[in-house]
Amino acid sequence: MSDTPNVVTGDLEAPTTEAPQELSESTSEVAENRREVHDMWVAGSEEPGWMRSYTDEGAQEMLDAGDEPVQEIYRGTVVTDDFIEDEPADDDELQILNMGPQHPSTHGVLRLHLELDGETIRRVKPIIGYLHTGMEKTAETLTYMQGSTNVTRMDYLSPMHMELAFSLAVESLLGVEIPERGQAIRILLTELNRVSSHLVWAATQGTDLGAVSMLIYGLRDREYILQFFEKTTGLRMNHNFIRPGGVAADLPDGWEEDIEQIIGKVEQGVSEYEELFNGNPIFRDRTIGVGVITPEECKALGVSGPIARGSGINWDLRKAFPYSGIEKYDFEVPTGKHGDVWDRYIVRIEEIKQSLGIVRQVLETMPAGDYRTEDRKVTPPPRKRIDESMEALIHHFKLFTSGFKAPAGETYRAVESPRGELGMYIVSDGRERPWRMHARTPSFNHVQALPTMMTDSLVADIVATIASCDPVLGDVDR
Amino acid sequence: MAHRSGPSGFLLTTYDTAVNWTRTRSMWTATFGLACCAIEMMATGAAHNDLARFGMEVFRASPRQADLMIVAGRVSQKMAPVLRQVYDQMSEPKWVISMGACASTGGMFNNYALVQGVDEVVPVDVYVPGCPPGPQSLMHGILTLQDKVMSGEITR
Repeated sequence: MSDTPNVVTGDLEAPTTEAPQELSESTSEVAENRREVHDMWVAGSEEPGWMRSYTDEGAQEMLDAGDEPVQEIYRGTVVTDDFIEDEPADDDELQILNMGPQHPSTHGVLRLHLELDGETIRRVKPIIGYLHTGMEKTAETLTYMQGSTNVTRMDYLSPMHMELAFSLAVESLLGVEIPERGQAIRILLTELNRVSSHLVWAATQGTDLGAVSMLIYGLRDREYILQFFEKTTGLRMNHNFIRPGGVAADLPDGWEEDIEQIIGKVEQGVSEYEELFNGNPIFRDRTIGVGVITPEECKALGVSGPIARGSGINWDLRKAFPYSGIEKYDFEVPTGKHGDVWDRYIVRIEEIKQSLGIVRQVLETMPAGDYRTEDRKVTPPPRKRIDESMEALIHHFKLFTSGFKAPAGETYRAVESPRGELGMYIVSDGRERPWRMHARTPSFNHVQALPTMMTDSLVADIVATIASCDPVLGDVDR
Repeated sequence: MAHRSGPSGFLLTTYDTAVNWTRTRSMWTATFGLACCAIEMMATGAAHNDLARFGMEVFRASPRQADLMIVAGRVSQKMAPVLRQVYDQMSEPKWVISMGACASTGGMFNNYALVQGVDEVVPVDVYVPGCPPGPQSLMHGILTLQDKVMSGEITR
């Protein structure tokens, strides 16, 4: 093992490590079309490249039934993929339907391999990876200072939560305390982001069930929040605003009036949605009893967030492992009973209201003070000092070019994103870049729960179920 | 009509303009939302920005009914063949807008997973910068494409 273990010897077309001979030959033959993946593979280790596979279309064929691994979860529950237990598929009777990756109702580039018996779905196989961006690998080349630029692009509907999870992880490595105002700004922005993400969910859930006017309403109300984000952070999405050490800037002048307006408009909008949906017989018929997942299945499959709460699991990381002082604010965790699409709808609409309540409390109790830590190790000197002091200029320059070093160790910090438990796992070897970063993203687990929800339901329930899962494929594939 | 419209040559030039005008005024878009930019593309089509002003609010799920593909987001190596297939399925005349830094150049992700610019896969007419480009940027890109179509040949 060399001293710099995260350097991967990287000539993709001619692997320098002990690759089997036939693999090298085939690589040279098909190097035009295929690219071999040596990802997640430490050079010089004894392990063969366990991620070694080809990322072309041929690799996505369904495996033979004998090759299917059985997932075993060591908690007393054995979960078998439902497409293993069933009778072997008879091609004469089952129709194979391929949905996606370019399908407007899959919320991105999710691909579903469906086996239909008439109108009934017998097997579902989600196929992911169409948006794989290699962000975890990219994170190893970026300093902690630059890291939040990268992670904010993972879950593009809740960028603030991605940044917050990353910043919390880095801060726990560093042992930095954030001032109260910085924490309150973080809570304000993440809860607003939860509202805006749920508004996009409402828009797409309505659209997928035929209520296209919901797309207009949901995005209309989301736009007010995005305008505030643009005013605060400079960008509508992918803000890079919450950074290790605090936030990038203070809130803009007149933010109180903006927040008041947002709360008023979104509350009015939500009451409109409820008017539109709650008594709507089409919406009720297409959601009640559809896409059911039980609490036991949720726990076995790692499902969290509104889906787990819709099944009746009272689990919210804001209550269980509070972060950034969210325990100071008063809010309820809504839960459902039946675990169907309707209960998830109820839970999410209620979460919008609760989040607006938190935003209102932050507005009333916003503490004065600094918005970032005083620790000069992670915080650049104030702009005024740069004009006066050469040392401050050098300090600023070094911080933004070389970054700061974090002590060796590993950490995992999780926040409650609009989709569920969003965690960042960072391993540091004492340098200014992560040795390894892994994001535990909720959508990934929710996509693997799709077969459980969909099997033996009707074709028309597919889009309702996917929309109620609210997957973000950037969150799944990263 | 050709015989009654005036001197020779008049008809052909205005015919070009008329065809181009119709093409720009009802340019239907294939949905090709991939990542962050897709959300901004949705926002462009929704309230506040209202792409319908340019006759383009019809996002078609079927590429065969579409004239314009807006590649909105990062294109992975795995998605590139799909993208090319969708492009091939579109009927002529067709145009491509590369929306955002990732689609145009790979953006900040210079790694093993992403196609470094969608122009490696399909011909691109207009590049829209930004990460992600706001609705106004996308609309500017669309208007630029309309100018390009108006000033171009009807066959290419």
